Amino acid sequence: MRTHARPWWQRALLTREMLTVLILVAAWVVASATVQGFDGPLTITYLVLDVAPVLLIALPMTLIIATGEIDLSVASVVGLSSVTFGLLHQAGADLWLALPASVLLGAVCGALNGALVAYGGLPSLAVTIGSLALYRGLAVGLLGTTAVTDFPENWTDGATEKLGESPWPAITLGLVLLIAVFAVLLHATPFGRNVLDIGRSSEAARFSGVDVKRTLLILFVLSGAVSALAGVYYTLRYGSARGDNATGLELQVVAAVLLGGVSIFGGRGAMHGVVAGVLLIGVLGSALRLEGVTVNVINIVIGTALVVSVVAPRIAGGLRVRRRSSAGHGS
Amino acid sequence: MKLTSVLAAGTAAVLAVGLAACGSGGDGGDGGASGASGDVTMTMLPKNLGNPYFEASTAGAQEAAGELGATVEEVGPDTASPDSQVPFINTAAQQGVSALIVSANDPTAIGDALDEAKSAGTKVVTFDSDTEPQFRDLFVNQASAEGIADKQLELISDQIGGEGEIAILSASANATNQNAWIKLMEEKLASDYPDITLVETAYGDDDDQTSFDKTAALLQSHPDLKGIVSPTTVGIAAAARYVSTSEYKGKVAVTGLGTPNQMREYVEDGTVEAFALWNPNDLGYLATEAAAALVAGDITGAEGDTFEAGRLGEYTVGADGVVVLGEPFVFDKSNIDDFDF
Repeated sequence: MRTHARPWWQRALLTREMLTVLILVAAWVVASATVQGFDGPLTITYLVLDVAPVLLIALPMTLIIATGEIDLSVASVVGLSSVTFGLLHQAGADLWLALPASVLLGAVCGALNGALVAYGGLPSLAVTIGSLALYRGLAVGLLGTTAVTDFPENWTDGATEKLGESPWPAITLGLVLLIAVFAVLLHATPFGRNVLDIGRSSEAARFSGVDVKRTLLILFVLSGAVSALAGVYYTLRYGSARGDNATGLELQVVAAVLLGGVSIFGGRGAMHGVVAGVLLIGVLGSALRLEGVTVNVINIVIGTALVVSVVAPRIAGGLRVRRRSSAGHGS
Repeated sequence: MKLTSVLAAGTAAVLAVGLAACGSGGDGGDGGASGASGDVTMTMLPKNLGNPYFEASTAGAQEAAGELGATVEEVGPDTASPDSQVPFINTAAQQGVSALIVSANDPTAIGDALDEAKSAGTKVVTFDSDTEPQFRDLFVNQASAEGIADKQLELISDQIGGEGEIAILSASANATNQNAWIKLMEEKLASDYPDITLVETAYGDDDDQTSFDKTAALLQSHPDLKGIVSPTTVGIAAAARYVSTSEYKGKVAVTGLGTPNQMREYVEDGTVEAFALWNPNDLGYLATEAAAALVAGDITGAEGDTFEAGRLGEYTVGADGVVVLGEPFVFDKSNIDDFDF
């Protein structure tokens, strides 16, 4: 078998995901050596705090994109959950009640997306562009241009608190736990196998007994719930519940997922690549800002990295096919 | 598969070189950022970049820095969303700059980040738009509410000859700033301008079309109206546009708070004689001088502290760590072309 022509460790290392991990390590090493202020402990603290919402939402997004679908309403769910959390607090509800209520609302938002996509048979791109506007409209409509800011200090401090004397924020533990849960879900369960099967061919998956509709619905519900959780974090970190919180975040999430090697056409993707993709965007932004590079140049650098990461495997794939066909057999 | 690894190495190399190139490129500009500890380095963080108003304030900051021998670097997000300034505040803290001068997009969202920067030894000065007082050392306010109210009454009184009916075209009925100014104007009218009568306060909701329609309605329902005061940039521009093409042009005075770019054509065609706002260039200049005074230890931001602010003269810190730039600046035909914001 061709697939076993190399030892396992080479197969594990020479993947699209490891490429992102490698670039991340390279970017970190170069930045530490050349960028003044990058090797300080604050870098880690800010990096984790800044990427946390993107990282959270990227976890279910990875699974959705791996099925060949997309959820563009995530940032609007962040906004809506932020507003809900704020309004519940304003109305005097305990935050331990407001938190699950907000997450539940996110799950409902996701369920609406999922039902339209899975059972309505509508393209997720169209459905979630619609709900992007709908949920954002609700969020801004509910709170107007005002903000709820009087959250109890032990909650807002909790969002940015560090683990003892280390530079790592306490939320790192939660993030690692969720990464592990989603990694297991994608790579070590029948559900995860079904996700990738649907991405390869939805038809074939259905014929082999996968409940495609149910799987998609579950994914969108997960996406809504996790986005709402990110919304609560966002609210507490900035101490401000506003309807326009996290506007545009969906594009950062999709960019990070694609940079992490998940195919936009579905069928392939791995969690370690996505985590590296999220961190890579964070590290590049942090290093370039320290160098005083303006925000539009940072966008150009990250945009270029994204385009290269999407185009490169296609070119590589094309070249490999040509080489293989001219040589008559595998490389 | 070999190709993949070549590609991997290639991409990594390209990115690494790119990063390093940016690195060496940036060193030229801000090499002093944390190099020599004696240097005063400041970061200017407006609400967003590409906004002519803030370009003017940054120019003022550069001018002050030039005189002080300090360096000011302007950074900022491309959108004025509540959290978008946080990464730049974080960066300033990492760089250990001497002072951060910021116009806050949100009074609380950037609070934690500013706290961190302060605990890293950076002095924090807000200008134009304040945070909650505990997050900064000083707030450089463009003008006091009294100053704004007084200046507008002075302008309208001059323009209508000190007597007659006037109306106010405000923003929305619950706009905090406008309501405070209007209240002060009403008090001052009663005490200092006995011959001027305020006949109506209309609300244009800071919407161009609504403000335009309300102007028309004001002029129809008050045939003896001699002037309109609009303490909002949207309102004054809409009112001037209506009056400029109506029979009232030259007969009914329009003044209030506006920006030179919006008002230029109405000043040139004679609809508007003069209007007020502050000078963002001076605002940036003063904020930088105040930051330098904090860094030098001349002031701590306590009430009653005084400092010398270059060409603007001496300033005193007021209650809550607020420094007021001064009276609003009056724009008219003679100076409007000096401004582009």
